[in-house]
Parts: sequence; C-alpha cells; structure tokens
Amino acid sequence: MTTLSSNTKKTEPGDVLYEDTIPAASHWSMRMRKGTSLKLIDVEGGANMGMLFYNPENMLERYNAPDTLKGQHTFKLTKGNCLYSDMGRIFCSIVDDTVGWHETVCGNTTKQMVKDKWGEKNYQEFHNDWNQNGYNSFLVELAKYGLGKKDMAANLNLFSAIGTDDDGNLKYLENNSKAGDSITLRFEMDTLVLFHTCPHPLSTAKEYPRKPVTYQILQAGEVNEDDYCRNYRDENARGFMNNEIYHLGGACCHD
Amino acid sequence: MIKESELVVEQANFKERVLAGDYFMKVVKKGQTFRILDIGGNQAADTLFYKAGDPAERYSAVDTIREQGNVYLTTGSKLLSTENNVMLEIVADTCGRHDTIGGACATESNTIRYSLDKKCMHACRDSWMLAIAENEQYGMTKRDITHNINFFMNVPVTKEGGLSFEDGLSAPGKYVELKAHMDTIVLISNCPQLNNPCNAYNPTPIEVIIWD
Repeated sequence: MTTLSSNTKKTEPGDVLYEDTIPAASHWSMRMRKGTSLKLIDVEGGANMGMLFYNPENMLERYNAPDTLKGQHTFKLTKGNCLYSDMGRIFCSIVDDTVGWHETVCGNTTKQMVKDKWGEKNYQEFHNDWNQNGYNSFLVELAKYGLGKKDMAANLNLFSAIGTDDDGNLKYLENNSKAGDSITLRFEMDTLVLFHTCPHPLSTAKEYPRKPVTYQILQAGEVNEDDYCRNYRDENARGFMNNEIYHLGGACCHD
Repeated sequence: MIKESELVVEQANFKERVLAGDYFMKVVKKGQTFRILDIGGNQAADTLFYKAGDPAERYSAVDTIREQGNVYLTTGSKLLSTENNVMLEIVADTCGRHDTIGGACATESNTIRYSLDKKCMHACRDSWMLAIAENEQYGMTKRDITHNINFFMNVPVTKEGGLSFEDGLSAPGKYVELKAHMDTIVLISNCPQLNNPCNAYNPTPIEVIIWD
C-alpha cells in the first residue's frame, strides 16, 4: 500500500513523508533529495535489497564500493558508515541499522544463475511471481535514465552478510536479517537510487526466496558537527567537507 | 598459491617497462600469456580488463569473488567478466595474494583517505583517464573505468568484517602471470601513490612481458 503524508503541515525531522512496500522479486528507482532519509524495513526476515546510486546532475558519478570500503577500512557496512561516490562525495550515511552487517562485494543473480539454483519461472506462466534476477532488474532501471551495462557498478546487497575465514574463503551468513529489522540511509546529496528485491546470489534457500521490503521516506534532521556518521571516522569528516564544497553557493538548501 | 612459471623471458615476444605514474594499454590475444613483474617490490599494478571489440564486457571483481568463493586472487583464479565469462586465468604467481576489493587511488578518494589538500597529487584514475583519452580507438570513456585488481597489494579482510592495508607480500622480482581466454584489452596504471606506507612512499617501475 502506498501512503503519502499530508503536505499541508510543516514537517519535523523523523516524519514519514511517504511509505510503500516493494514486493519480492521486483525493482524500482527514485530520486532522493538531500535532507531526506530512506528507511528500509525487512518485512518477513531474510530479505535482500540490491542497490546502486548515481548523481542525477552527472550520471557518470556513481556508487563506488571499493572507495566506500577502503576509505573506512571495513568490509561490512553498518551504522556510522557512509556510502561514497567515485568522486569523493557521500551519497548517504547509514544513520540507523538494526541488522549490523550489509555487504557490497557479491554482485547480483543473473537469469542463468537463478535458473541453475532455483529453476526457471517465466512471466508467461507465473506473471509477477516469476523468478526475476538482480542483473536484469538493474538493467531495466538503468535504461530508464539512458544508462546501461557500462554504468552498472558493484552494488550493495542490503540485509545480506558475507564473512570470510583466514584464507579469504566466503561464507554466506545465515539469518542475518530478521522480520522488522531496518536500515536508514540519510541522503547527503541528491541521489538517484536504484534497487531490487531479488535474492542474494549466494542465498542458500532451497526455494527462490520471496521477500518484500517496505520503504519510508523520512524528513532528516540537521547534520551537526557532532553527527555520529560524520565523526565515525576522520575520512567521513573529510567526505562531508567534500559534499559541502560541492553544494557551495548552489541551490542546495532544502529547508 | 605460490607457483613459478616455466616461461623463459628471453623467449618472450614483447617486453615493456612501465614507470610509476604511467599507464600500459594493449590487447593481449586469446592464448597469449603475460607477466607483470614487480621490479622494486611492494608496488601496486592497478589493472582493468576489457573484451577487445566490446569493452562493455569487462572484468568484474564481484562476479570473480563470488564465483571463486574467495576474496583474494592467486594461481588458479579465473577472472570473470560482467557477463560471467572467463577472461583470463592466473597461471603463475610468486607473490601469493592479490587484492581486488580496495580499488584504485583517485585524486578525489585521496582527499577522503589522506587530506583535502592532496587533491592534485597524481593518482591511478588519472593515468586511466589519460589512457582512454589517448587511445580513442577503443571507444572508452569514464563509464568504463570500474572496480579493478591491485596486483601485489595485500588487503586482508578480517573475520569481524574489517579491512586492513598490510605491508605487501611482494618483493623485488616477484611476478604474476595470466593466460588470456579471450582477446583482452589490458589497462594498467602503475600506481603513483605517495601517501601510503605500503610501498614505503616510493613507487617503482613494473615490467610487462608477453609470450605467444
């Protein structure tokens, strides 16, 4: 169900401006404004949300997983971490997270991968309960903005976690996200957000997992000097400074 | 896994020294083998691969990591494309571990990692930008500059989900050798980074050697 809050009253930080649920095995995209947050809620537990970011003012600027990880000396993403573009700016910061670990190095399912793992369910027979895959989901959303394969960067897989052993072997961490778990992204610049609810490519589920995700657009609060994400690491303070320089003198202030 | 090559340098078809801060861009043909030699030790060779004739298909770090089930690259690693095709395979490696998580240095990411006033120091991405600008025949733009391999870099992932930049496992004379499974554009930036202790603040030349 889609809910749009009344726009006649003045909004306060934390107010939910809009709420909707993305069904399982689906994809969508939207422009998030600086000064709003996106709260994503795992409705049933075990969700996966593939996600990519672009700068709507210059689509060549996109989410950069390596810079996000190396800049914060982390492999997992959680509260305090910022999600960086390849231009040294912060698309959004993770201001809240009840999950604890989100990964960004395993990419997407493809049509072939889904077929091999869970069998094929085409649209003809199953309609929107088909076995959609993450790769095609992103291609469709990218094409809406004139983007294509070349623009597809390494994506986030929110709600999913991948650990490693001493030798670097990957391990898909089971039961990482439970029903009601959520992550909140506060946008530090206007951002085109692409996302899908297709399963994680390393999911061990016997059946193709169908997990919806509810999303809320919230009014974000001011980012103060003592902001948690800004102070989480020295690198993030410098990232915020890059955003401030980017917004200097422009129509940046959505009050 | 450490594995020495049986190829003889004197029998190679091609040999080129690449200074720190320069790029190397060349098509390696299917069936050819090429070596990247770390001449001075602990140098980073930031490398991207593209399918010759269709650079939209290119090296994919995430597909490679996921399908081999391991975050590090070494002998036996099959380097996959964005279409999940094998582009190249590492057939010899005297270093033992290479990174494909940390990406390349860029002037912009240097501002985050080190300091805003370092933004004009030379960086790998600038070398790649010059490479695609000077080699228009490949039809590449910034869209094609993606998530790379750092040959000779050691970036361990911890069990707790941390990432650290350790002193390299490499040393003078160590090398990695790859066999091409398709005609591949090889684009290397020999890393000019002066802010990272992992190369002792002293970037050094590499050599690329190709055999038929």
